[in-house]
Amino acid sequence: MTSLSKKEPAGPLLEIEDLVVEFAGDEETVRAVDGAGYTVAPGETLGVVGESGSGKSVTAMSALGLIKPPGRVVSGRVVFDGSDLRAMPRRELRRLRGGRIAMIFQDPMTALNPVMSVGAQIGEALRLHRPGMSRAKARARAAELLALVGVPGAERRLKQYPHEFSGGMRQRAMIAMAIANDPDLLIADEPTTALDVTVQAQVLDLIRLTRRETGAATVLITHDLGVVAELADRVVVMYAGRVVEHGTVAAIFDSPRHPYTRGLLESLPSLDGEVGDLTPIPGSPPAPGEVAEGCAFAPRCAMVRDRCRVERPELVQSGTRRASACHFHHELAGEETDARA
Amino acid sequence: MTAMPAGAPAEKVSKKPSLEKGPGPGGAPSASPRARAVRRFRRNRLAVAGGAVLGTVVLMSLLAPLIAGDPNAVDLDAVRQGPSGAHWFGTDTSGRDVFARTLYAGRVSLLVGLAAALGAVVVGTLFGAVSGLFGGVVDNVIMRIADIVMSFPTVVVILVLAGIVGPSVTVLIVAIGMTQWPVAGRVVRGVTMSLRDREYIQAAEASGANARWLIRKHIVPAALPPVTVTGTLAVAQAIMLETTASFLGLGVRPPQASWGNMLNDAQNLTLIQTMPWLWIPPGVAIAVTVLAVNFVGDGLRDAVTPGGRT
Amino acid sequence: MAAYVIRRLLVNALVFVLISIGIFVLVRVAPGDPVRMMVDPEQMRGGGAAFIEAKRHELGLDRSVVVQYGNWLSGALHGDFGYSYVANRPVSAVLGERVGPTLQLMGAALVVALVVSVALGVAAAVRRNTAVDYGATVLSLAAVSVPPFFLGIVGIYLFSLKWGVLPSAGMTTPGGGGPVDQLRHLILPGLILAFVTAGPFTRYVRGGLVDELGADYVRTAEAKGASRARVVMRHALRNSLIPLITVVMYQIPQMLAGAVVIEQVFAWPGMGQLAVSSIGQHDYPVIVGFALYVAVLVLLCNLIADVLYAVVDPRVSLR
Repeated sequence: MTSLSKKEPAGPLLEIEDLVVEFAGDEETVRAVDGAGYTVAPGETLGVVGESGSGKSVTAMSALGLIKPPGRVVSGRVVFDGSDLRAMPRRELRRLRGGRIAMIFQDPMTALNPVMSVGAQIGEALRLHRPGMSRAKARARAAELLALVGVPGAERRLKQYPHEFSGGMRQRAMIAMAIANDPDLLIADEPTTALDVTVQAQVLDLIRLTRRETGAATVLITHDLGVVAELADRVVVMYAGRVVEHGTVAAIFDSPRHPYTRGLLESLPSLDGEVGDLTPIPGSPPAPGEVAEGCAFAPRCAMVRDRCRVERPELVQSGTRRASACHFHHELAGEETDARA
Repeated sequence: MTAMPAGAPAEKVSKKPSLEKGPGPGGAPSASPRARAVRRFRRNRLAVAGGAVLGTVVLMSLLAPLIAGDPNAVDLDAVRQGPSGAHWFGTDTSGRDVFARTLYAGRVSLLVGLAAALGAVVVGTLFGAVSGLFGGVVDNVIMRIADIVMSFPTVVVILVLAGIVGPSVTVLIVAIGMTQWPVAGRVVRGVTMSLRDREYIQAAEASGANARWLIRKHIVPAALPPVTVTGTLAVAQAIMLETTASFLGLGVRPPQASWGNMLNDAQNLTLIQTMPWLWIPPGVAIAVTVLAVNFVGDGLRDAVTPGGRT
Repeated sequence: MAAYVIRRLLVNALVFVLISIGIFVLVRVAPGDPVRMMVDPEQMRGGGAAFIEAKRHELGLDRSVVVQYGNWLSGALHGDFGYSYVANRPVSAVLGERVGPTLQLMGAALVVALVVSVALGVAAAVRRNTAVDYGATVLSLAAVSVPPFFLGIVGIYLFSLKWGVLPSAGMTTPGGGGPVDQLRHLILPGLILAFVTAGPFTRYVRGGLVDELGADYVRTAEAKGASRARVVMRHALRNSLIPLITVVMYQIPQMLAGAVVIEQVFAWPGMGQLAVSSIGQHDYPVIVGFALYVAVLVLLCNLIADVLYAVVDPRVSLR
């Protein structure tokens, strides 16, 4: 994969290449990520979409070295701003976490420590990366951050515990924590999935705002194509631990060149409608660990051919700044031109 | 303690049901749960070792008459003798063979332990099934009682009961059954509640099946694996309680030998110092047996708990 | 908060009444003349059959069982448990002087057990499936498998008789002994009770911490850049210790069982030793008094457990 960004000559901020992650189970080892990779340019927002179990979260988590036993990064490269994260000493990696790379998790109900006040948790994020910072100062800054993310009565709410916050407010606190140290890269793992629909829109607005404020590149992991359409510059589509297609939002949404992406888009009711529901693609993704020859999507694919069942398609360029892992991406590309003609 | 599967495989399953993976838990289409449990148990070295030791202990007490002589035969010519070829573990103050007494004591301790644990499990299964099946007030009352019963130390209950109605093996079994049932009760209640919502149970209820039939045909089979685990651990607990009570002079009465009352005989500094063969064999026997049962119970628990050792 | 405590208190009071009825029934079933159990032996000595009859009437023993129970319970609540047959003194006095030694033994053991089990449990949870973890598992299983009385005898054999470094019985050396002497007497029984108690605690600490270490907020803390030590101590351990508070309070009555046995082995002049010797001497009033004391201790611990849990965990709201 060559550099896909042209506005940043310095090269990508984050580069994940051929990542393989396995989870050692009781009976067998499950390969959750099987050679996935993507790049993120400084300041850009990358949407990573895929069903549950597609390995999209695990891939991003490896950027922070947060894969824990029984999970294990088997091979692959994870490079952040020129340095190899897999080879990095733990101390240095810790300095990156919550510093230059910050993370927002899916479920704000469980992602905050229930017995620590919200203020203390934001303060901790600050003080971990600024050893000289006094408690009082951290507190004042935490209040500022809470106010910034739109928590009313920030000063008073610092003392409160997560259970005294609503779901949306918790996610705001989570975002405050993430932007505390002005990160260069923000990884948001399903930031709105656990929230009510009305709150989802507010949190998305907030992410948009913080992105503008901090200028951080953002990896937005979601199963919701609507969110991607609204926020992302580029999209990576993952299926069964691999990247099946990537490209700009406009390109992918206009003319998907992988049957899976197509299916996803077709199952989307409308961009302004309800949350995109991915089930209308018949069948279900292979259980992790189910070793399949050929294309992993073949059993569910509408245009499957014999070749798909024996030969695994590689991710190849399909036009400018986009790639597809379908043997027949040319045909899909051809249809576009036909349709346009 | 809640047993959570160690580390979620792949990524966290989303809250939305539509996105959940379809087929089977863990996606491992291997053998039956039972075969898998057996395999897991076999791989647990501590549990297998515990099983082997326990088997030996049981066999030795069963075959006691073949291996050793009369445990109550008094040999006044061989009093207070140390271990020798004739008396492997020496003799006690009345000239009785300590080896024979240790083996025969094992029969008593194992039997009382089994009976008491069985009592606790049966009572617990009944209360648990009733609690889970009927729910509501019945469930509330039973569980409250279980909480309170659990917080009373069994040894003290034995002590008070034995103190007032007089010590006996019956008192022992009743007291242990009375105070240890809530463990099994909770387990069975949980199983019952999860079963109650299943369709076939509802169908059975609709077709007029009564509670007794449900308990026998459905709840007991489903609860068997977890109850086996608690039952095994209850045996360890019961052996411990029996020996403790007998040690305090509140359990098995002399001259019948029990591991506990053999140690009671050694409650005297001179005997402790000069005749260690009197108290080491029964003490080691208790420790080894209870430890073995606990290892087996632990291994069983890990084997039947999905996700294994957490 | 107050309403919650009062509600728990009422429930516990109800339970106490139920237990006391059970004990009362046992007392009535038990052999022995109730008059003898409740009247000062000094007075009894002078009186003949007429005196006993008069006392019977005075105590209401010729009235209905319900009245008898009421009298008995109100007496017990006022600290009147009758008279010890053996000591010829009020049961409350006989038992009262035994409470201190038992609490001292249990208290010392509890402190040691907590320190050891938290350290060991944390080490085992952090180094999961390593030698440390298996070692902790084996040790904690041994603690519930090796009978404390056997440990006591082994301890006496080695430390008192063979090496002569520690005393084998009592709380002090008769006729002498300062704080050092008392401490020396406490070491063996205290450590054995601590070992027995630390077994289950260690398993709770390990299990709780393992669960917490898998929690989402732990991942959040790691994503913030917190060190492993900080994640364990500041985040996960704090969460896992909250349920431990309840476990500890529930285990205190269970410790009493261990104390009964250990007091017996080491001739420790506590309640347990008194209870065991009272059984041998058929001193029913003392046994009944002991039973009531234990019931109160159990219920008190349950109550404290409920309240403490609510106080420590910010999620539990009592309003």
